[in-house]
Amino acid sequence: MAETKAPEVILATDCGSTTTKAILIEKRNGSYRLAARGEAPTTVEAPAEDVTRGVINSIAEIEDITKRTFIRDDKLIVPREGELGADAYISTSSAGGGLQMMVAGVVSQMSTESAARAALGAGAIVIDSLATNDRRRPYERIERIRNLRPDMILLSGGTDGGTVRHVVAQAETIAAADPRPRFGAGYELPVIYAGNAAARPAIEQTLGKKTALQIVDNLRPTLETENLKPARDAIHDLFLEHVMQQAPGYKKLMTWTSAPIMPTPGAVGDIMKLIAKRNNIQVVGTDIGGATTDDFSVFRADRNNPESEQVFNRTVSANLGMSYSISNVVASAGLANVLRWVPVMEDERILRNQIRNKMIRPTTIPQNIESLMVEQAICREALRLAFLQHKEMAVGLKGAQKSTSFADAMSQTVKEDTLVDMMGLDIIVGSGGVLSHAPRRNQSALMMIDGFAPEGFTQLAVDSIFMMPHLGVLAQINEDAALEVFEKDCLIYLGTVIAPVGIAPFGKPCMKVKFQGKEYELKSGEIKLLPLGLGEEAEVTVDPTRRFNVGAGYGKAVTKKVKGGVVGLILDARCRPIQLPASQEDRVKLLQIWNKELDIYPEK
Amino acid sequence: MAYAYSPGLKVLKSTVLRRNRRLPIKGQTLVKIGDKVGAEQVVLKTELPGKADVVNVMSLLGCQPHEVKQFMVKPIGEHVEKGELLAMRAAFFGLFKTRIESPMSGTIESISDVSGQVVMRGAPVPVDVKAYIDGKVVEADEGEHVTVEVTGSFIQGIFGVGGETYGRIVVASQDPNGILDESSFTDEMKGAVVVGGSLITYNGLKKAIECGVNAVVVGGFDDADLKKFLGFDLGVAITGHEELGLTLVLTEGFGQIPMADKTFALLKECEGKNASVNGATQIRAGVMRPEVIVARDEEASMKENEAKLILDIGTRVRVIREPYFGLFGTVTALPAELTKLPTESLARVLDLKFDDGTVATVPRANVEIMATEKDDTAEN
Repeated sequence: MAETKAPEVILATDCGSTTTKAILIEKRNGSYRLAARGEAPTTVEAPAEDVTRGVINSIAEIEDITKRTFIRDDKLIVPREGELGADAYISTSSAGGGLQMMVAGVVSQMSTESAARAALGAGAIVIDSLATNDRRRPYERIERIRNLRPDMILLSGGTDGGTVRHVVAQAETIAAADPRPRFGAGYELPVIYAGNAAARPAIEQTLGKKTALQIVDNLRPTLETENLKPARDAIHDLFLEHVMQQAPGYKKLMTWTSAPIMPTPGAVGDIMKLIAKRNNIQVVGTDIGGATTDDFSVFRADRNNPESEQVFNRTVSANLGMSYSISNVVASAGLANVLRWVPVMEDERILRNQIRNKMIRPTTIPQNIESLMVEQAICREALRLAFLQHKEMAVGLKGAQKSTSFADAMSQTVKEDTLVDMMGLDIIVGSGGVLSHAPRRNQSALMMIDGFAPEGFTQLAVDSIFMMPHLGVLAQINEDAALEVFEKDCLIYLGTVIAPVGIAPFGKPCMKVKFQGKEYELKSGEIKLLPLGLGEEAEVTVDPTRRFNVGAGYGKAVTKKVKGGVVGLILDARCRPIQLPASQEDRVKLLQIWNKELDIYPEK
Repeated sequence: MAYAYSPGLKVLKSTVLRRNRRLPIKGQTLVKIGDKVGAEQVVLKTELPGKADVVNVMSLLGCQPHEVKQFMVKPIGEHVEKGELLAMRAAFFGLFKTRIESPMSGTIESISDVSGQVVMRGAPVPVDVKAYIDGKVVEADEGEHVTVEVTGSFIQGIFGVGGETYGRIVVASQDPNGILDESSFTDEMKGAVVVGGSLITYNGLKKAIECGVNAVVVGGFDDADLKKFLGFDLGVAITGHEELGLTLVLTEGFGQIPMADKTFALLKECEGKNASVNGATQIRAGVMRPEVIVARDEEASMKENEAKLILDIGTRVRVIREPYFGLFGTVTALPAELTKLPTESLARVLDLKFDDGTVATVPRANVEIMATEKDDTAEN
């Protein structure tokens, strides 16, 4: 059999709700690099109603830039014909609101939570989780299924060989709702059953005739194990077979691609996992969009054991975003929490109306600094709230065959059980317009620090042009190419933040820092920026006072090599949780000092 | 290229509009192509499957799932009234009886010998779909949808709450700057669509509901008042299903913002005529804006309206973001190169001459064109 040559010219698109983004990746002088980028409006709605139109338009922009030909007769030229076309074409999609799922299980903290993790990990938005102990009456659950109209339902419950009646009862609830899919009146709603194997005949009898039922291995075969892969694979297959088939033009698009189309967040998750695994680091990633915020993390299963397996988690906060969902961020966080980050005095009534006007006209952009300050304040709260949700979901029992005690299994949602270890976190990667396109990179850095409140030593980076989805799907066909482009062209390293954990009154000593032959003393409530450029590394010694811990314990010094970036080295002595003065006047003054120190906004 | 596309709301004096009326499931079509219909006429009807509920008979009786059938006093398919005996178990030679009453009126749909649950199904729910606009049926299929067409005036709002309604237009403001408050509403406005100017106060809105007004169309409303009106802080702009006592349509946005002259003049011209109003707003992909439709007898030509939404030198636009929010002006230049804004962002901009003669540069993303040509077709 002839050896297949690795593709050297690769076109990739991400078909988003509003924009289709295309990139061209090429192998030149032995390494894969981003060669060009184009974008065009997504065309799943009238008048085009064909997603391939937007794909062609976005790649036509690449043709304009590169003066090369990739399209002939409204089709992509794949495989390459000499100088024409590309070796491979791949795509992700979140058009039409992404994949919206409902999950159902028996106990909310056990099978339902595992089902939610399976759905989220596959790139879905979980619009509701049903459980027999969710404190809703059966008729309320039935009404909920009827009203929400998900793209598919994942049903789990019971350990293999255990009691069947509870999970069958949930199946009967679903059947009673007579569920209809969100799109396409002419087909049955896909339901995946990943519960107790002994209940399969009864589930088949209850749901087989009313839904497009698919049965896979139990995602919680025993109390101590979780086996999410079969359910995730089934979700992905059904996404392609049912949901994508309903979207205009996708049937055609599926015939063009060299690898299966992936849901956008699923592809982003894959590239995150790959980076963490290759570099053996712990990562948090966020993608803050107009409607939703997706958080991803890869942490070790046992924070005290550096050899323990890495566990991936993804959450999507469906209504935390910077345009369509901007008012929901304010409603969820409370206006006071947004205002605490705004470094000017604002009238609350006027501010509310301004935010609401952004919601109803989501494509507008801030023209003056005050509007930018308000949007960036809202971004901090969106990041904070989405990360809180992420920490609550990224708990206990991750991955297949990980053993825990029965008692641990019973208390897996206790917040302290979160796998998110901020002190052990190596890097935070931000993406989405508000972070990737902030006028100053320093603004992106401070928004991420305020939103995530990193602890100890943490590197910060942003995705330059949001190409993580493309690289995630590229990893399916060429892992090395995906990693190479990720390192060289995707990430912009901002620098490193050093933030001791602890609280002290404003002005009390926090830490002494030795850096490049100089010593800096920071008091509680202070923040400082030191120069450390892109590609530079330097040793730093941080000696915290007894109220603070920078990784080795309270009052214990740490010496570490840190990496620079386009912003530099940020020393953050603002305590954890970050402390702000109670009075608005004092708070505004302090915010202005921080902003000046970090050169956040232009001087008036 | 000296022009660019820009979003805009339609304010059209005379256009041909089509509204698709659709049943959630197959039912009965009550009209045929060519029929003239009134807005409040039912054109489609069907019955939705009734509400369902699940009774866990097994746990209530303390028996095994397979025993449930023997304790049921009614079989599958039987109708039971709410409170009527559904199942009963006797113990100790009949001395102690556990009785289960039906939680709802309906039919017994299934009895499970695996879970021990009984599924109850309520009576079918009738669904009537009205024509919504005064017009003519131009499409009708067997039991699924009907399309009604009308020639008339069409005004798109920016945000609304409340669903479809219908009523006579009453203009309650002297000009586009007027404020509607408690004193603006009287009992004579019962069933009317009341048009205001720049703002309606919260107390004004409460009074409108007391007077039985069907809809209010106004330039602006305070977000703090919207929160009071809805009873919660609206998170995501997907509206139309609220039961608030009236439908509210904002033509400009949040805060006190004078209604656009053209919009106010057109509504004033329609005073006394009947209007169909829908507050439903969905600001997501597939955006849906609230609307006011007034049937008119005159002829309208059939033109696509999208071609009108092009920014060019001389185009009248409104700024939709601070610091010039709400101001109208005329485009004087459309520089091709990216321009640095005061925020330091680079953006495509345009130069504007405002109506008071002052000039400014604003991002193209921050203006909207009002489609105001007299002849257009709008369809959904």
